Order: sequence, then structure tokens, then C-alpha cells
Amino acid sequence: MSSRKKQGCIWRKWNKTKDFLFLLPSLAGVSLFVLIPFCDVLRRSFTSALGGQFAGFQNYRAVFSNQAFRLAAKNTLLFMGVSVPFLMVLSLGLALALYVLPEASRFFRTTFLLPMAVPVASIALLWQVLFHKSGLINGWFHGIGISPIDWMGSKASFWVLVATFLWKNLGYDIVLWLAGLAGVPISIQEAAQVDGAGPFKIFWHVTLPNLLPTFYTVSVLSLLGAQKVFREAYLAAGEYPHESIYLLQHLFNHWFQELSIDKLSAAAVTMAFGILAVVIGLRKIVGGSE
Amino acid sequence: MKWMLKKLPAFLFLSAAALTIWFPVLFLAGGSIMGNLELSTRLAPVFQKKEGFAFWHILPCFPTGVSYLELLLDSPSFFVMFWNSVKIAVFPLLGQLVTAVPAAWWFSRHNSPFAKALYTLYLTLMLMPFQVTMVSDYLVLRQLHLLDTLQGIIFPVLFSTFPVFIIYRFFCSIPKEVIESAQIDGASPFQVFFYIGLPLGKTGIGAALVLGFLEYWNLLEQPMAFLKTKYLWPLSLWMPRITDGKIGLALAASVMILLPAALVFLCGQDDLEQGMAMAGLKE
Repeated sequence: MSSRKKQGCIWRKWNKTKDFLFLLPSLAGVSLFVLIPFCDVLRRSFTSALGGQFAGFQNYRAVFSNQAFRLAAKNTLLFMGVSVPFLMVLSLGLALALYVLPEASRFFRTTFLLPMAVPVASIALLWQVLFHKSGLINGWFHGIGISPIDWMGSKASFWVLVATFLWKNLGYDIVLWLAGLAGVPISIQEAAQVDGAGPFKIFWHVTLPNLLPTFYTVSVLSLLGAQKVFREAYLAAGEYPHESIYLLQHLFNHWFQELSIDKLSAAAVTMAFGILAVVIGLRKIVGGSE
Repeated sequence: MKWMLKKLPAFLFLSAAALTIWFPVLFLAGGSIMGNLELSTRLAPVFQKKEGFAFWHILPCFPTGVSYLELLLDSPSFFVMFWNSVKIAVFPLLGQLVTAVPAAWWFSRHNSPFAKALYTLYLTLMLMPFQVTMVSDYLVLRQLHLLDTLQGIIFPVLFSTFPVFIIYRFFCSIPKEVIESAQIDGASPFQVFFYIGLPLGKTGIGAALVLGFLEYWNLLEQPMAFLKTKYLWPLSLWMPRITDGKIGLALAASVMILLPAALVFLCGQDDLEQGMAMAGLKE
């Protein structure tokens, strides 16, 4: 009896080990390509590039006092601070419109998701033609008597980038909001209606609070998308854009070309913890008001 | 009347947004069948510094397929880069089938503190942009002698944790009873995975594949940093650099790059939307 029990135990253990095989390929790859090298980066962020001895926070100080880093960090944060709320509000509006108009939902969803499938490379040329100083948009402006704007060579480039980001990411957020809206119980909305609440009141007091978990996901995934905006910046303006859209990725590329591994390491570690702080913060906001 | 009042504003709002979305795509398609002469007269102010402004009609006056012919028959470099793009987009996806899919399965079947902590770590990694992993990628690729090779681009991308996150949600939604009854009938863990997990989670896998393809077809940062040899470049790196002289060719190339992505998108749209929506539901 006891030997059978023991056998069963071994068998179960073997099963558990076999089960671990499911995770193993992924975990091995992630460790080899991400976790272990990141530990190395962490170490390098505290060692000096020359000689390689412990340097304390010297690399971090070098990064934070770097003019280019300050500019790039400011631009990147400003871009996220402006474009992500903009995107979230606009996409919520469009999602609500789709919610009211289910007949045409499929066509419009396809339309809004389409830019996701349009490769950056495909619209590179188009953006140059549209936003050139004597490009199409200025041509139209000229037609209605507005003086031309140097889109890519002035602060306007920031807004071109915001518009491109919106164009690209609207669909994703709309689908997320729609999923959230589908989860709001209709019975509560109807009950509120019976009690005489107007559509705006219902939206504000019933729909919106129910969308809070969706809010978390939408904001996190939008931030994720906003970090990829370098692609659009690069396609529209090349490696050396106007200073208002000089982003962290531009700076990282330049440091990479100089192989300033010490600075890159310190900046990467800083960013990793910055992002972690933002995500935890967002989660606290959502969790706190529930 | 009430219908009109309620739905018309919504319809107008959506249509206005939709027009802005469609415009660049139509512009591209129209331009790709314009002759070089027509293109260069219209866009002369942009590319040849002529006076005045560029102008455009969506439909060409003299439609022609000459740009496509030139691109497909007379541009060998286009094909080389096209295949590089295909490799960068497809190989990671194949790899993810044997890494991310089983990993998502494991996470969905384990609730121990260790599994939960590991999953949180995976989620965190998913949120890290390329800036954060750039140096670590470089260090490991240098160690493995994979700098300036396509494998050096493919491997780090293959082990992205984003597909694990998407597929995990679908595996979690499989009712426990289904899995337990299979186990009682004597199915091994692998049989449960193959005959229950995979069929019931295939929407999630589809969504992850479509999202992955669209992302990797567009990959720019990694090739830019790690590929020095031009004939290894994907199209995304090459495109922004063709400008003057060959506008027609560039527009035709733009459409050719768009086609695979659009095709994947249209075929996988249902999976894609479900996958995205699933990610939006409460954890």
C-alpha cells in the first residue's frame, strides 16, 4: 500500500516536472535574451566605462546632467502626457458613437483598425509630401488664404506627430472601449433611465464608473503604443528631426553609435523603473477608487 | 425622427473620422498608378524645390502600371529587402508557437505564488520599450556573435512576452471541468494541451499571430541599431530613404509593403478584435 502511495507520489512529481516543460522554452529564451543581460546592464550602470571599477551613481549623474537627455526626456514625457489622454478621450467618443450605431459597426471598426495594418514604411513618402513646406496641406491652406506653416521644421512637428499617433492607434483603443462598454450591465442603465436620469447623467454615473478597469488597460496599452512613436518620428523627419520631436529613442541611437554603454545602461535602468512606477501608479488609481 | 436625432450625430462624427483615416490609403493607391511625369509635375514643389505648392487628385489623369512593372521586374534590391522583411516577420511567429503558446498554457494552469510572480515579471517585460532592452540586446548579441545578422533580430523578438499575455487570457477562459474530466479519463498533460488547450485557445493564438505580424512587419528600431549590412535590411529601414527621382517607384513599393499586412489584417480581423477585447477585460 505504502509503496503504491509512494509510486503515485513519484508519478505526480514526474507529471509536475513534465508540466514545467511547457514553460521551459520560453523561460530559457527570456532568461538568456532579456533577464541575464539586463542584470549585466544593471551592473554596468554602476561601473565606469574605462577600467570598469565601481562608480556609484556617477553614470546616472552624467545622464541626468546631459542636455540632450533632458530635452529628449522632456519631449517624450510631454508627448505621452498630451497624446495619450487625447487618444483615450477621442477613442472613447468614437466607441460611444459606435455603441449607438451598431448597424454600421463592422465597417467603421475595420476603418479605424486599418492604420494598424499600414506599415510605417508605406506612409513615409506620403507624410513627406503632405507636410513639406510646399506640400499638399500648405497648398490647401494657401487655397483658403492661410499662410503656410513649416510643419517639420518648427514646433508644429510635435502636433504632426500627435496626429500621426492618433491616426495609428485610434482603432486599438476603440476596440478596447467597446469591449468595456459591452460589459456594462444594461439593466442598471435601464433602471437609471426609468428613474428619470438623462443620457449624460447615465453616462457619468453609471457607464463611466463601470469602465474603470478598461481605463487601466487602455491607458497602459496606449502608453505602450506611445513609446513606439519613434517610428513615425523617424519616418517623417529622419534621424535628426526638429528639436521638439527629438525623443529618447533618437538619443539612444546616437549614444549607441558612440557606444556609450555606461550612459545607455544608466538611462535604460532609469527608464525601466520609471515605467514600472507609472504602471503601478495607474493600477493604484484604478484600485483605489473601486 | 427620434432615430435621426440619436443616430445622425454619431454617424456624422464617425464618418468625419473615417474620412481622415481613409485619405492616406486612397492617396497611396492613386499615386501608385500615376505615371512619373504626372507625379513629378504635381509634386515638383516638394521634390524639386519649384515655386508654388504640390497638388493632388485621388484619381490619376493617366493611370498606368509602369511603376509596378519597374518595381517587380527591374528592382532586385526591392526583392532582397522584401524577403528580409518576410523573414523578420514570420520566423519569430513560428518560434512563438513552440515557446509563447506552451508558456501561456503553463501560466493558465498554475496558481502558485511562484507562477504568479513569474507572470507579473512577464507582464512587466511586455511593457518595456526597445530603449530599455537596447543595451542588453546588444550585449547578448555581441556575446553570441549575432550582431549584424538576421538571427540577431529574430531571436530577441521571438522571446517577446506580449503573445504570452494575449494567449493566456484565452487559456484561462477554458472551463476547469473540461480539463479535469479529460485528466480523469487518463489524458497526459501533453494530450490535454494538444486536444483541449490548442483547439479552445486558437482564437487567442490567431490574435497573437496577427498582432505579431503587424508589429514585426514594421520593425524599425532593432534593424536600425543592429544591422549594418544593407542587404540584410528590411523594407521599413529602406523606404524612408528613397525620395527624389523615383517617386512612382516608391509609391508602388509602398503599396507592395502594405498588401501583405492588409491581407493578414483582413483575414485575421475577427481573431484580432477578440484578442484585443479579451486583453481589455478585467484581470
